[in-house]
Amino acid sequence: MAARTATAPGAPTTKLGKAALEIDDRLIVAGPVRRTLNKVFPDHWSFLLGEIALYTFVILLLSGTYLTFFFQASMVEVTYDGSYDPLRGLDMSIAYASTLDISFDVRGGLFMRQLHHWAALLFVASMVVHLLRIFFTGAFRRPRETNWLIGVVLLILSFLEGFAGYSMPDDLLSGTGLRIMSAIILAIPVIGTWTHWAVFGGDFVGELIVGRLYIAHVLLIPAIMLALIAAHLLILVKQKHTQFPGPGRTEHNVVGNRLFPTFAGKATGLLFVVFGVCAALGGLVQINPVWLWGPYNPAQVSAASQPDWYIMWLDGSSRLFPAWDLNLPGDYTIPALFWPTAVLPGIVFTLLLFYPMIERKLTGDTASHHLLQRPRDVPVRTSLGLMAITFYMVLFISGGNDVVADKFDISLNAMTWAGRIGMIVLPPIAYVITYRICLGLQQHDREVLEHGIETGVIRRLPHGEFIEVHQPLGPVDEHGHGQLAYGGAPVPKRMNQAGGARRAIRGFFSPVEEPTVVELEQQREGRGLSAGERGRELTTSGRPSEGGRPSDGGRPQDPRD
Amino acid sequence: MSTTNPQSDTPLADAGTPVDRARARRRSKHRRRLANVAGLMASLVLTGALYSVFAPAQAADETTSESAAEAAGRELYERSCISCHGENLEGVPNRGPSLIGVGEASVYFQVHTGRMPLVRQEADAPDKPAVFSDEEIDQLMAYVQANGGGPTLPSGDLRGGDLAEGGELFRLNCASCHNFVGQGGALSSGKAAPSLQGSNDLEIYTAMLTGPENMPVFGDNQLTPEEKRSIITYIQTIDNMADPGGAGIGRIGPVSEGLVVWVVGIGALLFGIFWMGSKA
Repeated sequence: MAARTATAPGAPTTKLGKAALEIDDRLIVAGPVRRTLNKVFPDHWSFLLGEIALYTFVILLLSGTYLTFFFQASMVEVTYDGSYDPLRGLDMSIAYASTLDISFDVRGGLFMRQLHHWAALLFVASMVVHLLRIFFTGAFRRPRETNWLIGVVLLILSFLEGFAGYSMPDDLLSGTGLRIMSAIILAIPVIGTWTHWAVFGGDFVGELIVGRLYIAHVLLIPAIMLALIAAHLLILVKQKHTQFPGPGRTEHNVVGNRLFPTFAGKATGLLFVVFGVCAALGGLVQINPVWLWGPYNPAQVSAASQPDWYIMWLDGSSRLFPAWDLNLPGDYTIPALFWPTAVLPGIVFTLLLFYPMIERKLTGDTASHHLLQRPRDVPVRTSLGLMAITFYMVLFISGGNDVVADKFDISLNAMTWAGRIGMIVLPPIAYVITYRICLGLQQHDREVLEHGIETGVIRRLPHGEFIEVHQPLGPVDEHGHGQLAYGGAPVPKRMNQAGGARRAIRGFFSPVEEPTVVELEQQREGRGLSAGERGRELTTSGRPSEGGRPSDGGRPQDPRD
Repeated sequence: MSTTNPQSDTPLADAGTPVDRARARRRSKHRRRLANVAGLMASLVLTGALYSVFAPAQAADETTSESAAEAAGRELYERSCISCHGENLEGVPNRGPSLIGVGEASVYFQVHTGRMPLVRQEADAPDKPAVFSDEEIDQLMAYVQANGGGPTLPSGDLRGGDLAEGGELFRLNCASCHNFVGQGGALSSGKAAPSLQGSNDLEIYTAMLTGPENMPVFGDNQLTPEEKRSIITYIQTIDNMADPGGAGIGRIGPVSEGLVVWVVGIGALLFGIFWMGSKA
């Protein structure tokens, strides 16, 4: 052993190196670790959206574990005798009493509760934003349909997980939500009543539901989600990242930073940013003040009882749907509630789940894709997406329409009718407008490629005509028309984006370099567009490299025809 | 009277004529009429005298002390209220309800919260800074109370009830419109249950007692004065309580929380990843 370490070329000489070698001798991990550390991640901000969801999930696991030390999921009635004066002496469930204890009598309990709740809201929100990025850039296309499916299932599970958590404290708000859930289950034809009896162990509210929700919330659903997140990430690593088209980026490579050190540094930084935002919200902004809601009592209900934001669109659909009960012969009724709360989400999630397959069928595009699409280049998909978002937004706002009506002095009836009409009329309008915008943007890209960037320089010709000088992006033909084809990458629209100006002074919040030094450096540089190109790397996400090469076009030219 | 009667201008013949007989008949008719009027007058005077003798002393008091506060109240009423509530508080159709029997409690609530006088006819009378001073409100109250009676202002400390019971009663009776802790809420067709923040004890009490606008009346049979005091104690305790969790964001739950999570939370995180993105 000792002889080998002494003689082998490249053998470690430091203590740390020797220890690492000892480990590698036994576990043979050097290869996989090197491969992993060298893995390349594309460098675009939108690739970090999914990571936000991952980190909020980590926060949820940690803060949730702390809360389980103190929360008691029991519906046995006790008389409250804790620190919160306005409820002392009232009868309430142990679940609610222990939530009050967490809020007022457990050290750090209120902060942890609020951190947990804010992180939960952020978790779902960041998943939605992540999903939108995947959708609008076509990242779900073959071969990534599996990960799309897993992602949508994760989203649905997060709704259920969130609802279970919302319903556990047994306060007046969560109890009202649970009552609505009970009504939705009862509204399902044929199996509704039986399902309700199975879920609640009898009629509403019973004494079981909080305990069942608790096990679902802390064990069942998180375990499934954890497994799915692991699968999501493993598949991502196996299939490699997609990337936006750009110089040097092809269907067969991934351009970006290696996991170590750049990406790891960024990821750690983002982890702390996410922790910081959640902690700031948890510490500074009050969320779900259950002590104000009071203990659940089926005889009581408050105005403006809403679910958390991710369920609010279904609350909205219930508010907008007319009271059309179907009375069938033989004393059967399908309550109106069934359509907006069971059928609608069923349709929406089915469409969402199978969208990659639907698009594949409609476009006939079965090829593998690793380069992303710009939303403007796929106007139909982009417009469908905006249509869906518009529909969702109408339902979402309608979910809080009584609060909107109250705070903005609008008639609640007007809000309801605006929602009813809006959910039918606005999505098609959104489709048409988005489609036209996409086409307009496409045409402008082509125009800039053909005629060059508008420089803003107006020149008067000898015969009196005024023309604007354009800067071609590449070589031009004898008519002065650019010959570059559109490659799916952003086309520079302003001279600065094409390197027309010298680089900006670095620094995000404040300058990190001395302005005079930069000025001196710039004076040493040659003048003109080509001078700026020397030190520029084409593979990083620096903005100048995203477009064409301005120096190819030379100086601004007058159009010749 | 006789000049307007053409018959009286006719030239008179001697007494034996039929005209003479007719005149005698007429004279006796006059006499009878006079007797009737005299009888009526006498009975009226007698009734009035009897009334003044047997009527309760309180009523007599009221008529005497009416002048000071009530006269001032009448003047205010005729300046600011009469166009909708009528000359004699009987109300004007499609403009304002009758005020007979609403009592000084209702006047206090409506005028002290600035709801009355109304700026314009709309779904709801919004509260605004009171137009009248406390003294003027007292005068209006005296005037309305004197002309029709009704619920009167409570006296003494309006708090001091049981805090927890007040909360329970609030959630049972009030929360369905005024929200969990009195933040207010929308009703149908532009009407709204107002926020209870910053209301004084007497306003809340008189609102329960008189049921202004869309609010039901919670008379002393529905909520005893003691229960009303408990509810007021709860409302005011919660209103003055700091939010232990940080910024209260309206104390209305998920709607404002959803707004904060998207605007502040996702906003900050997107800013964070833009920042990361610029650190290539």
